[in-house]
This record gives sequence, C-alpha cells and structure tokens, in this order.
Amino acid sequence: MNIKSLIKTLRSPSTATLGSLLVAGFVAGVIFWGGFNTAMEATNTEEFCIGCHEMKDNVYQEYKETVHYTNRTGVRATCPDCHVPKPWIHKMARKIQASNELLHKALGTIDTPEKFEEKRLHLAQNVWRSMKSTDSRECRNCHNYESMDFAEQQRRAVASHSKGLESGETCIDCHKGIAHSLPALYEVDPSAVTGNAGH
Amino acid sequence: MKNSILAGLILMSTSLLISTSAGAGAGTVEVNSLRGESDIDSPSNQVVIKRNISDQTPIARAYVQQPPLIPHKTKGYKINLKFNKCLTCHSWANYQKSGATKISLTHFSGRDGEAMSNVAPRRYFCNQCHVPQANAKPLVENSFQSVEVIK
Repeated sequence: MNIKSLIKTLRSPSTATLGSLLVAGFVAGVIFWGGFNTAMEATNTEEFCIGCHEMKDNVYQEYKETVHYTNRTGVRATCPDCHVPKPWIHKMARKIQASNELLHKALGTIDTPEKFEEKRLHLAQNVWRSMKSTDSRECRNCHNYESMDFAEQQRRAVASHSKGLESGETCIDCHKGIAHSLPALYEVDPSAVTGNAGH
Repeated sequence: MKNSILAGLILMSTSLLISTSAGAGAGTVEVNSLRGESDIDSPSNQVVIKRNISDQTPIARAYVQQPPLIPHKTKGYKINLKFNKCLTCHSWANYQKSGATKISLTHFSGRDGEAMSNVAPRRYFCNQCHVPQANAKPLVENSFQSVEVIK
C-alpha cells in the first residue's frame, strides 16, 4: 500500500459497522491505558529508583540505616511511597517533573559522591519545599494525624505534636533528615555545626 | 647485607627455641583471656544487645561535675563535620523552639579558656560525655554516695 492510497483510506468513512468500530476502539483503549499504567507503575518501584548509581550509592545506603527501612515489625516504606504522590493528577505532575532528573542524569550533575555532596543542600531543600507545600501529603498517606494516640507517644513527641500540629506546622517542619543524611548545616543552621567550617 | 640477614635469622631461630622450651617448662600456668575459657573456634560469651530506652524523666546528677544524662533515645542521631543532630534542638538558636535544654556556656570556651562564638570543637561531640540514661547495674560493687548539695 503506497502513501496515497493509505491517506485515501484514512480520509474515507469506515465501511465497518458502528458496533465493530466501538468494540475495536474499546479494546485498543484497554490495551493503551493498561500499557500506560503498567509502564507508569514500573517506574514507581524501588528497583527502578536504585537502578541509577546516584540513588543506590548515596541516598539509598543512608536510608537503609533508618527506621523507615529497618525496624521492629518489618513494615517499610519504599522510595515512591514518600517521593511520588498517590493521587493520579499529582502523580502525573511529578512524573513529568522527573524529566528534569533524566536531563541531569544525562549531564552527570551528581555522578560522583563529591558532586552529590555539593548538591545535597539544594536537593534537600527542593524536597523540603515541596513537602511543606503539600502539607506533607506523602507522610500522611501512612501517618494519619487522626489516628495518632498521644497517650501511646513518648513524652517529647506528645509535647511537640500537640504544640506543632495544632499551630499549623507540618511533618517536614521538624522531621528533616530522618530517611537520608542531613545536608551540611553551615548555611541553614550554623548553630548546629561547630566553628565556622565551610566558610 | 647478607651477613645481617643471616644474623637476623639466627637470632630469630634461637629466640623461637628459647620461647618454646620456656613454654613447655611453665605448662602449669593457666592464662585466661578476657573472652573467657571458651575455645578459640567457639563463640565467646554471648553479647546481649542492649535496648534503647525510651523517654524518661531525667535522673539527677550524682556529682557536681557530672555531665547530665540524656533522658531520651539517641538512636540514629549523627554527629559529624557537617551537622550535629543534638544541636538541632539543644543549640542556643534552637532550644526555645524545640523545648530542649540548652547547652551550657561552658561549651563555648576553647581549651585555653578563650571565649568562642559557636560551640567549641572540643565540646562538639556530645556523646563523649553525655550518654543516654539507663538503670544499669554497677559493674563493680561500691558504696558511692551523691554529695549532699545535689541530692
């Protein structure tokens, strides 16, 4: 079939029955949508995230020492549980944003531990900012404020939670650096670093 | 050169001879290593993993110069060149917001007593002196009593 006749076929009304067109369209839709979601879910697994050495050698190693990875009951969070929104529309937005990460993967922006460390503060602040703007939505997928029993919490936790959350603070305001190493705090909080190192 | 190597070899072999004969002669002396009497290929006394203790009310100091104990868990708290997790709550800039005890003024003086504008490097590693409190049994029986003034 040459191009001319193909265009002609496409331009002419279909001779198939409306019913078979609907069925064919439905089947094509199922295949396309199913395939799209399957591919989307494949990029939403921890294996995919740590497929890059930038993630595997830096943040993932730090993460493995924390309570979200290893704990008494063995319940754990994976990368996308905290870093990819659950609601579909926000998830798509995040996936589109990830194209920037692909660009920097190609540019090798953080492809050595030194470069990563250099960028850590910037990267951390990006995540802190986005978590603050969503009222720590991803934390709250599991940590439901309504279900928190203050009577079961530690002395310090009760004090901070009742004071902080009541006054409109959100999880990330206090719980920074709980799953990955904190960045160097020279600029953010010099009182938590000795001397004037780094300056 | 060759001579010195030869001399060394002779010295070594004689010392080896002397030590083996001495060992055979003093066979009655039993020496126990710190790991106990278990065989070299069997594990020594089982190490009991100590649990981190949750928040408690602070235990009072036992003597005037004692660094106060830490009345909470410190599991996962890191102190390195780039940040000090303890100071994110206990520094003078943060203690009010966090409701923590602030580090004392003594932490701002250097080894020659000079005043510093930030926590002194020699006072930076909190857990060199401050440890989480636990109701641990004394390793050695003793009759220690707290001084009157802080009882």
